[in-house]
Amino acid sequence: MTLWLPEATTSAPEVDYLIFALVLISCAVLALVFGLLLLYMFKYRAGSSVDRGTLAKKTWRLEAAWTVATLLAFFGLFVWGADLYVRLFQPPSDAMKIYVIGKQWMWKVEHPGGQREINALHLPIGRPIELIMTSEDVIHDFSIPAFRIKHDVLPGRYETLWFQAEKVGTYHLFCTQFCGVDHAQMTGDIVVMSDSDFEKWLEQNGTSETLAVAGKTLFMRYGCSGCHGGNGIGGSQSGSTVRAPALAGLYGSSVTLADGRVVIADDRYFRDCVLLPDTQRVAGYPPVMPSFAGQISEEDLLKIIAYIKSLAPEKPS
Amino acid sequence: MSATTIETPAPAISYLTDGFTLRSWLLTTDHKRIALLYLGTITIFFFIGGIAAALIRYNLIVPEGMIASAETYNRLFTMHGVVMVWFFLIPAVPVTLGNFVVPLMLGARDLAFPKLNLASWYLFVVAGIVAVYSLLVGGVDTGWTFYTPLTTEYSKGHVVATVVAIFIAGFSSIATGLNFIVTIHRLRAPGMTWYRMPVFLWSLYATSVILVLATPVLAMTLILLVFERIFHIGVFDPAIGGDPLLFQHLFWFYSHPAVYVMILPGFGVISEIIPAFSRKRIFGYKFIVWCSISIAVISFLVWGHHMFVAGTSLYSALVFSILSYMVAVPSAIKVFNWIGTMHKGFIRFDAPMLYAVGFIGLFTIGGLTGLFVAALAADVHLTQTYFVVAHFHYVMVGGMVSAFFAGLHYWWPKITGRMYPEMWGRAGALIIFIGFNLTFFPQFILGYLGMPRRYHSYPPEFEVLNVLSSAGATILAAGYLLPLAYLTWSLFHGERAPANPWSATGLEWTTQSPPFTENFDETPMVTDPPYNYPPFEVVRGHV
Repeated sequence: MTLWLPEATTSAPEVDYLIFALVLISCAVLALVFGLLLLYMFKYRAGSSVDRGTLAKKTWRLEAAWTVATLLAFFGLFVWGADLYVRLFQPPSDAMKIYVIGKQWMWKVEHPGGQREINALHLPIGRPIELIMTSEDVIHDFSIPAFRIKHDVLPGRYETLWFQAEKVGTYHLFCTQFCGVDHAQMTGDIVVMSDSDFEKWLEQNGTSETLAVAGKTLFMRYGCSGCHGGNGIGGSQSGSTVRAPALAGLYGSSVTLADGRVVIADDRYFRDCVLLPDTQRVAGYPPVMPSFAGQISEEDLLKIIAYIKSLAPEKPS
Repeated sequence: MSATTIETPAPAISYLTDGFTLRSWLLTTDHKRIALLYLGTITIFFFIGGIAAALIRYNLIVPEGMIASAETYNRLFTMHGVVMVWFFLIPAVPVTLGNFVVPLMLGARDLAFPKLNLASWYLFVVAGIVAVYSLLVGGVDTGWTFYTPLTTEYSKGHVVATVVAIFIAGFSSIATGLNFIVTIHRLRAPGMTWYRMPVFLWSLYATSVILVLATPVLAMTLILLVFERIFHIGVFDPAIGGDPLLFQHLFWFYSHPAVYVMILPGFGVISEIIPAFSRKRIFGYKFIVWCSISIAVISFLVWGHHMFVAGTSLYSALVFSILSYMVAVPSAIKVFNWIGTMHKGFIRFDAPMLYAVGFIGLFTIGGLTGLFVAALAADVHLTQTYFVVAHFHYVMVGGMVSAFFAGLHYWWPKITGRMYPEMWGRAGALIIFIGFNLTFFPQFILGYLGMPRRYHSYPPEFEVLNVLSSAGATILAAGYLLPLAYLTWSLFHGERAPANPWSATGLEWTTQSPPFTENFDETPMVTDPPYNYPPFEVVRGHV
């Protein structure tokens, strides 16, 4: 039996400090509560003739004291837990992106270089990594206890999770959101490797096609290029009759939508554009983009997004 | 109790002797008889849910699972959750102890709507029959939380039957809640002002407000769920245009307040027992009362803390985290007040008091571990693991079920006219306390180590703690069978109970045990504050 869990990321020790602080506070409160209970049960047992003196008539001072003490302690814990959570919530911009797709009952992983894994995720040490996750069916949850993180994986949208691994090793991956019959089989290995080992692994598992290259083929096959132009240069430039926005260089920039919102064109934005185009219409363009909901698999979709991401900004000629 | 027992004669007439036919029970409008009908019904469900729990612990003895089929295991824990939550924990104290003592404590003849009270039992029985039907034809494997789109589009079980059962049970809850609210407003005896009411009545009042306001939301949610499952109307499944998180928002908007429906009546029971067995006025009466009310209000504003890793926004997580800490403050105040009540008391250790002290201990652990999962970053690691399982079992089973047993032993002489055997009662309280801790404490560690909940099989390094937990569960099971045996025995062979065996305050102790159908010879007049135990000089003289 091990009562110890590896701390394999930069944030894991911070989560542990918080949990250990909570354990200490709990032990102190329990000692107080059980101590007083046992003391009073002994001292003031019915048979004991100990002098009870006179009872306090006014109790509000005590009430105020323990109410305020509780409030202050709780507020401190809130700030501590929230501060760490906020940092865990926001991935750094230079994070390496890896795609995760959950389905009953397996995890599929796609690396940017086209390497694919099932129920395993190989990672380099010391680099911030952002997982972009979605589900093909029900809600799953990507949980790595050794990293002290987890996040639900929802159908119909991208959720993200980021971390920076600090210890080489193999750790458990669990699905922790009940997802049907073989929920307990939806597990895998998280393999943290040194940089050189990881490069070697990428090479050995490399395919001829990176995600972006595969995405280019799909961009043609799904007919995206018909309106957005070959290489995503935009409808009007390519001579198409349909006026569709140019995609080259769009990734990461801000876009003004027809309803006035200004959004950042990230993975989530492109996904919604393909599946729910009416909600993401770009200002100044007609609502002609058809929805691809139900027409395109999650894997194809993220390849197309990887392709769009790879398109360099259009050079002014 | 004095050593030389004077046999109390059985009262010539009581509500138990007022008619012996089946019809006199099944068509009764007497709140006391309805309480007994309910007690029988929820006992059956407690043991159905308990058998499922025993099989869950049996399965987890070995890493690969003792039960061959994962599907069977999944159906077992779903049934355990559904039965225990809707057919035991939510109704347990209000419909049995509450039904019996609310009119007695108020000095009333019955609840405000006696026929509605009977109707609520019939609704509950119909709901129960539908639930048992869905169990017998195969059950469901969605977890008691019915998360979508698993439940609406993917699960193969008998979801609709189970959901219909819960839907019907909800109407029973609403009827009971409404009845209590009106009764407490309208049927207080002359002189029974709001601040002269025992805390138990305040707790049930707060509980009833939650039942009446939150249960309709569950009903609507379940209707939407059935519509999506049968007619494929896209509400929750994104594949047909729904929102996967909408269900969780709606479900927890009901189910988090429902957690307080389960625990608030327990607070009320403990607030009766601690003063009675400390021979002392309750410490900070108004604080305890207003804590119950504030819990009822804040409980509606914390549902989002079930969704810190579900994909809600950062700001929603921050707001729900701080509100969750807010709802914990009144519970902490109550614990301090109960301990304050024992200070300078004359404490006796009859079984109700032992259960009550056990409640304070276990509830405190349950409450403190709630602080772990309210702290956002800690929750990310601990949620959806056995830590959460242990946390809510400490509150719901260690807390609530202990409180139910405390109240059952406390009012047993009044309900049945018989005393339970005291030594067995104390032994039961002790065995349950030990068995409970052995079962659930290891699960906190399992959770920290990362063992996910709802797993039919698990990695071998979690085996030792799981075996320990399962071993504790056998002790806990024995602890729960014990009261079933000796309380049943006492119905026939128990010593006759006097009107007020505990020398407690409260109008329910001023009438005979068991009471006659009309409760009181004449309407009582209330002139004293609650818990008006004599000053300590008098008590000492008496002792």
